[in-house]
Amino acid sequence: MPDIKTEVMTVNMGPQHPSTHGVLRLVLELDGETVLSAAPTIGFLHTGIEKTTEQKKWQQVIPLVERMDYLSAQSNSMAFCLSVERLLGVEVPQRVRDIRVLIAELQRINSHLVWLGTHGMEVGAVSVMLYCFRERELLLNINELLAGFRLFPSYMRVGGLREDLPRGFHAAVVAFLDRFGPKLDEYEDLLTKNEIYLKRTQDVGVISKEAAVAYGLVGPIARAAGVDYDVRRYFPYLGYETYDFAVPTQTKGDVYSRYLVRVAEMRESMKICRQALARITPTGIFAIDDPRITPPPKDRVYTEMEALIQHFLIYSQGFTVPAGEAYVPVEGPRGEQGFYVVSDGTNRPWRVKSRPPSLLACQALEQMIVGGLIADVIAVIGSIDVVMGDVDR
Amino acid sequence: MDVDTLVASLQAAVPEAQIEQAPSIDLQTTVYVPRDAVPALARALRDRPEFAFTLLAELTAVDYWPKEPRYEVVYVVVSIAHRLRLRVKVRLPADDPHVATVCDVWPAANWLEREVWDLFGIAFDGHPDPRRLLMPEDWQGYPLRKDYPVQIRMTPNASEALQVTEDEFRSNLMKDRLTRGR
Repeated sequence: MPDIKTEVMTVNMGPQHPSTHGVLRLVLELDGETVLSAAPTIGFLHTGIEKTTEQKKWQQVIPLVERMDYLSAQSNSMAFCLSVERLLGVEVPQRVRDIRVLIAELQRINSHLVWLGTHGMEVGAVSVMLYCFRERELLLNINELLAGFRLFPSYMRVGGLREDLPRGFHAAVVAFLDRFGPKLDEYEDLLTKNEIYLKRTQDVGVISKEAAVAYGLVGPIARAAGVDYDVRRYFPYLGYETYDFAVPTQTKGDVYSRYLVRVAEMRESMKICRQALARITPTGIFAIDDPRITPPPKDRVYTEMEALIQHFLIYSQGFTVPAGEAYVPVEGPRGEQGFYVVSDGTNRPWRVKSRPPSLLACQALEQMIVGGLIADVIAVIGSIDVVMGDVDR
Repeated sequence: MDVDTLVASLQAAVPEAQIEQAPSIDLQTTVYVPRDAVPALARALRDRPEFAFTLLAELTAVDYWPKEPRYEVVYVVVSIAHRLRLRVKVRLPADDPHVATVCDVWPAANWLEREVWDLFGIAFDGHPDPRRLLMPEDWQGYPLRKDYPVQIRMTPNASEALQVTEDEFRSNLMKDRLTRGR
């Protein structure tokens, strides 16, 4: 048989590629179907949010940070509010903490549903995408009920929440949880033992426990590799130590393990949601009573002079935050996230830096795809669940 | 390990450098170190079993213009084994902002340091791939510096695609790979 002349081929994947979850460009060098090297290029979605925040008042930053990681909007704003509250030295009431936990866990289910749907679609299970987005619609409806906005509700405020829970909120959440449990079983029926899915995902995109930590990977990717680091467990915030939940881990660190971890996490989140819901009264206190930070209720604004002045001051000048720095980590859907906030004592932040779990996952992508097949690249990109808005900010 | 023990053992780990404890209101114990001590301290933090700060959670910078020293580079490290969090800060002067890279200790630092270089113009000595990360490669200036204007108009100077021959492309690719230390 004569020798066949072969050569290394360079393939430019992206930035416009349906499976790269945004605008991620990968320059791949291929030997046949084997990936020899991969160079991710990012920055196409860079909008300078961190620079913009420095021009805004503290409360105006909340909608901006929600748009960074657009699949975990409420986790972002919660993390930002926690950091600012730490700088202010205020502690939100217990009911607010429980509502925040509930919202954060619903957000986690929401984000994981988008992940499961798109990832399933990329490896050929299109029906999973349709089902996941059907259930996600219910969560978006809950957001709409809560704040009138589906994707970026801006419901968190420094010092509490924007307003009290709407009527029918408990019923909507209970209806979702009752429906979602059996539906999750159905998704698992579609994928967990599906021969095609197993072949596409097992032993693909493997990263070891040591490498995962060294590359700063956190959240489901690290837990799939056997690192049981979960901020909710290790550095509890908002009273997570009082909730009963497990931190699911796997050991193999491949795409399939990440799938198992995320599905198990959705079940744990449902458990936490039910516990939190049982603690939350339908009406009650929804923000700290601090006239410097929280605006007065609307009926008082219309009837009392002092309340009107207070309202005017908060919305025109904002509130000042004591000089200092704070970083409160929370466990977002993609792992440890948080905002390093520096104040110089004025009504505008001096610096707001988001810790982007997606950026680090994107950086480690090369480790997971080099040596594998080009067809697996898509499965791996899907499995690390990058949100390009969070990578580029 | 409580705060004082931690700071004392950090000082014992790098006896030649002056470690200065700073007040902290969050989970992270905060220390200032001189910039020459960064490589030795980073290795000690990761490798010594009593620290085991294996996870670099965050690396960023803050510009305190017009104060002097102008920049602070901030490292947040986590010890999963001991449930500890530590914030290490390095002060850098305005006229000569550079610090040694920690890429060889925590590979996660690679892109984070590139981002700081990109947005603040702080150089990381010995970085394997010192390019811009988020901004276009031909961008002028460092946007997150406080003396950088918020709104500027720049004509895009990369509107035409670069024309290269196939050979040039391949040699560039090889160069790229060599500079990234393979």
